[in-house]
Amino acid sequence: MTRLLEVEDLSTHFVTDEGIVRAVEHVSFHVDQGETLGLVGESGCGKSVTALSLVRLVPPPGRIVSGRIVYKGADLMRLEERDIRRYRGREIALVFQEPMTALNPVFTVGYQIAEGLIVHGMMKKKEALREAARLMELVRIPDALRRLRDYPHQMSGGMRQRVLIAMALACRPSLLVADEPTTALDVTLQAEVLDLLRRLKDDLGLSLILISHNLGVIAETADRVAVMYAGRIVEEAPVRDLFATPKHPYTAGLLKSIPRLGEGGEGAGRRKRRLSAIEGNVPDLLRLPPGCAFHPRCPEVMPECRVDEPRFLGAPEGRRAVACFKHHDPGGRPR
Amino acid sequence: MSASGLLEVRDLVKHFPIRRGLFARPSGSVRAVDGVSLRVAPGETLALVGESGSGKTTTGRCILRLLEPTSGAVRFGGVDLLGLSPRDMRRMRRQIQVIFQDPYASLNPRMRVGTIVREPLEIHRIGAGRKERDAMVARLLERVGLDPAAMRRFPHEFSGGQRQRIGVARALALRPRLIVADEPVSALDVSVQAQVINLLIDLQEEFGIAYLFIAHDLAVVERIADRVAVMYLGRIAEEAPVEAIFKNPLHPYTKALLQAIPVPDPDRARTREVLRGDLPSPADPPPGCRFQTRCPVAIEVCRRVDPPLVEVAPGRRVACHLVPGPGG
Repeated sequence: MTRLLEVEDLSTHFVTDEGIVRAVEHVSFHVDQGETLGLVGESGCGKSVTALSLVRLVPPPGRIVSGRIVYKGADLMRLEERDIRRYRGREIALVFQEPMTALNPVFTVGYQIAEGLIVHGMMKKKEALREAARLMELVRIPDALRRLRDYPHQMSGGMRQRVLIAMALACRPSLLVADEPTTALDVTLQAEVLDLLRRLKDDLGLSLILISHNLGVIAETADRVAVMYAGRIVEEAPVRDLFATPKHPYTAGLLKSIPRLGEGGEGAGRRKRRLSAIEGNVPDLLRLPPGCAFHPRCPEVMPECRVDEPRFLGAPEGRRAVACFKHHDPGGRPR
Repeated sequence: MSASGLLEVRDLVKHFPIRRGLFARPSGSVRAVDGVSLRVAPGETLALVGESGSGKTTTGRCILRLLEPTSGAVRFGGVDLLGLSPRDMRRMRRQIQVIFQDPYASLNPRMRVGTIVREPLEIHRIGAGRKERDAMVARLLERVGLDPAAMRRFPHEFSGGQRQRIGVARALALRPRLIVADEPVSALDVSVQAQVINLLIDLQEEFGIAYLFIAHDLAVVERIADRVAVMYLGRIAEEAPVEAIFKNPLHPYTKALLQAIPVPDPDRARTREVLRGDLPSPADPPPGCRFQTRCPVAIEVCRRVDPPLVEVAPGRRVACHLVPGPGG
């Protein structure tokens, strides 16, 4: 498979009055042509900041402090601001989670979809609006030609999310980065939007980075998964391997803590079944513990976990990587 | 299921008038809750599930009288709540408590945790004096898994999961017989959700509290509910014991809802029947069955006649023309 994107040792920090928030720390991953990488983690784990870093849109006081972002062979970190604009939206497009706030209320949805095409000089306004109608049909907005002139408030949440996807697709990007694209939606709409994303990916040959906290969404959509915790990727594996044999104790705990349909127990007078929970709370990035950031919550903690931070290293069988001393010693040798 | 309900709701209706412009007369109404009847027995959990706009939250608020229903009856322990004076209703709230969804918005940021949890004890004059109440607060905080030293701290010093534990401690302070929990875990991180669900299950076993558990996440509901009522556009579409809902859903909407849930198992098929179209506006519900505009199996009669909620088996009620009643 052709490598589309390669991120190496990316760190994005926010300098605040209270200290440095290391939102993304030494993160490395890649995306191949036509594949879907799932980026999963809980709030504050750095998954959204990673997405913004890819196109250098980190809001101040955030700053990318190190790393290489190689897209189709070009290092985006070395580009001038005006040159990176050729990539934003046109090569790498972002879909955000909030369909209520990500659209501009004073422009019609048709114009907002067409805007990218006009700004990038790809089409004149009239032609771009025609293209917008085609894109709305592509994302299954019924009666597209008429709805071109609708304002965002005239549309439901599910329709707005589809407009955002149409906007992202307008300039025919190779890589779509969708940050929690269904989180604000009800489950029946979520199913429809995920179905749409999968179909578009296949039809248009897109690569997708899908960011979600929902392991069900990840399991259904991703080919490969990277699990983030406290700004780091702690495990990466093909989706089946990750769900079947999680290697990092955090991944394992997360998988055990989600209720699954059909596992609630049965029979009259059944006792309600408690869930297996990860103890403790998601850490504050300003007050990270020494050593492995997960060690205070880890059921398998060892003495070295409190002292050293495990490196993110490939497992011997290849295709998988994990940052945990259960799998390699502090010197990096496999155990 | 027990015949003696702790909470009995009959034909509950809540319409919100739509007004256009200042001083304008109502030009219509949003029928948020449109004829809901349900019953919660002592110590059991009834889950009220549905998507946004289904009326589940409004139903909960009407039961608590945080909203005044348009019509209908709400009886708690045999007492008609809607007939109570504000003063008597306040007294009744000792037995009916609430846990809200957003632990960031539902705790007063200027109050210390001790004050927040102690407040209901003071209002209802439980415990003699500050010292005894503080001891009660300390025990409550410990019971929900917090360090009693949390009393002296402010809500912002706690994470989402810890704040929800504070909300639970406050609801628990008066030893209520019923807690209305409105999406109590949906704002929490996955790893923390499980902790709060476990806490709610344990507290129910220990104190025999009944829950009206309002939620959209069916996987969570399966863990905590004894019975489930599925709402769609202000009505109950189906009501059944929890195993029946998950093993053998009868209403097409319940089936669609269960199918739509993403399964955390990559080996499951990645394609499914998806429900097309959006929820119709509750200000203008479709004629006939409310689900007919999205129903994959609707027939002609569904477009004309609104199906009543009928008992099809003991403890099972369904509002669908295509589900045969008892005896065929």
